[in-house]
Amino acid sequence: MKKIEAIIREEKLDEVKSALEKIGITGLNVAEVKGRGQQKGVKLQWRATSYTVDMLPKLKLEVVVKDKEVKTAVKAIRESAYTGNFGDGMIFVMPIEEVIRVRTGEQGEEAL
Amino acid sequence: MIIGTLVAGACLWALVPGAMAGDPSGASTYTGDLEGLKTAINFTWVLVSAFLVFFMQAGFALVGVGAIRTKNTVNYLAKSYMDFSLGAIFFLVVGFALMFGGSGVAPGLELGNALIGYSGWLLAGDAYDVTTSMVWLFQAMFAATAATIVAGAMAGRTKFQAYLVYTVLVTAVIYPIYGHWVWGGGWLSTLPFGAGAVDFAGSGVVHAVGGFVALAGAYLVGPRTGKFKTDGTPVAIPGHNVTYIVLGTFVLFFGWFGFNPGSTLAATDLRIAVIAVNTFLAGAAGAVVACYTTFFRTGKANIFLICNGSLAGLVAITAPCAYVPPWAAVLIGAIAGILVMASIWFVEWVLKIDDPVGAVSVHGVNGLWGLLAVGIFADGTYGDVRGLIAGSSGQFVAQAISAAVVFLWAFGLGLLLFAVIKYAIGLRVSKEEEIVGLDISEHGTPSYPGPMDSWR
Repeated sequence: MKKIEAIIREEKLDEVKSALEKIGITGLNVAEVKGRGQQKGVKLQWRATSYTVDMLPKLKLEVVVKDKEVKTAVKAIRESAYTGNFGDGMIFVMPIEEVIRVRTGEQGEEAL
Repeated sequence: MIIGTLVAGACLWALVPGAMAGDPSGASTYTGDLEGLKTAINFTWVLVSAFLVFFMQAGFALVGVGAIRTKNTVNYLAKSYMDFSLGAIFFLVVGFALMFGGSGVAPGLELGNALIGYSGWLLAGDAYDVTTSMVWLFQAMFAATAATIVAGAMAGRTKFQAYLVYTVLVTAVIYPIYGHWVWGGGWLSTLPFGAGAVDFAGSGVVHAVGGFVALAGAYLVGPRTGKFKTDGTPVAIPGHNVTYIVLGTFVLFFGWFGFNPGSTLAATDLRIAVIAVNTFLAGAAGAVVACYTTFFRTGKANIFLICNGSLAGLVAITAPCAYVPPWAAVLIGAIAGILVMASIWFVEWVLKIDDPVGAVSVHGVNGLWGLLAVGIFADGTYGDVRGLIAGSSGQFVAQAISAAVVFLWAFGLGLLLFAVIKYAIGLRVSKEEEIVGLDISEHGTPSYPGPMDSWR
């Protein structure tokens, strides 16, 4: 089992969600985050002075998938989150030791 | 350049001598006897009413902001503030003279014909007068109201500069000319049916004009990205603060007590009490009908539609408020509550036009309904205006003509105006700017700066 953590553009959430749904992955968590990558910040105004914000709003998507689903899931996220501009985000994949479903007590890939 | 020519022209006109001399100090308007006291009471009434109508700007700002997403809040507020500010200046320079020239309601307003007025420019010359100033202030607030209606329908994707150009032209030309036809002694007010077309406080002059210019604008600027699926199904784009929508509606409702009763332009005209009652009842009836309609259709009482229903009732009672009995006000408001929901559905599902706050349905459609309602429910107790219930059909004919004219005028000139803006300077922001939000892309200021935003 692997956890996929994807940083995506806010407006891409619906597309990413339905791309994952198409390959049978429905369970996921989303958090609003602020962060930065390679892109520069934006300049904002407050009264007569300006300031730069380099922590930009993004969404962090977390989804845990079976080992054999990792490749298709990553591909689905990358394709649906892509615009070709700076700020498209990152995808991180990491191992998961154990999964337990609270309601039934199922464990491992069964629980997903 | 164009503005310079207009100002120069206005100054020339201001020098043309009129029949009544202006009284800029007020010393000869106030006479110190009982008549003078009445005059002073009437001045106070109209000015306080104007201040109440001004407060409606806050209501429009709140309703609009609540109904749209966080990322476009600053943009909406900036439009809200600028439309009345620019509107005030252009109504002074051009609009007021076009609208009330020839009406003779106050000194300096003698020149005009059935199509346009042409005196009172800049409140200069004989129009530099206390009575004219009082009328100007009250009417300027109305012009600003008509202008700000459009902001809601075009929210979230319209270029700020394009909106400002629209504001100037609507308050300088589109609004005053139809206004002249109805309130300035123009051809609609002298139609040979009933008492001529009447519109007590502006269902047509203010709301239908704003609403149908809004329809033209929303159509030409196109829907917000993501509002319609590829098969045309509308997608809900929830606003960001329901409290603002409700508070804004309360503020508008409160302001309407200046808008309608203030339109007597006299506190000595005690019909103001009936007008206030009618205003209150129609707003309440619209809300009740919207509440129960949504409840029976979906099992839930929809607060956004309750507010829209209430505003629809208020818009609809604006023209007939002085001419109808209270029971009719309830009916007018109730029908407005149904009309507004049918129209919101029609605009979204059939016309496929994106109107984020429902301006077209609230102000346009119910503005027309208000004009027609005069022809149906006027009972002849005030101003000798008799509708169908008083056994006269002539008034209804006059109202129907006025309703058709306001639709054609506002929608037609709206299309022309926005088409010119579209090809001259562009009407819509780029897709990237729209996605980031107009707060950042047009103003560089976030609406709710958080702790992250203050990190340097």
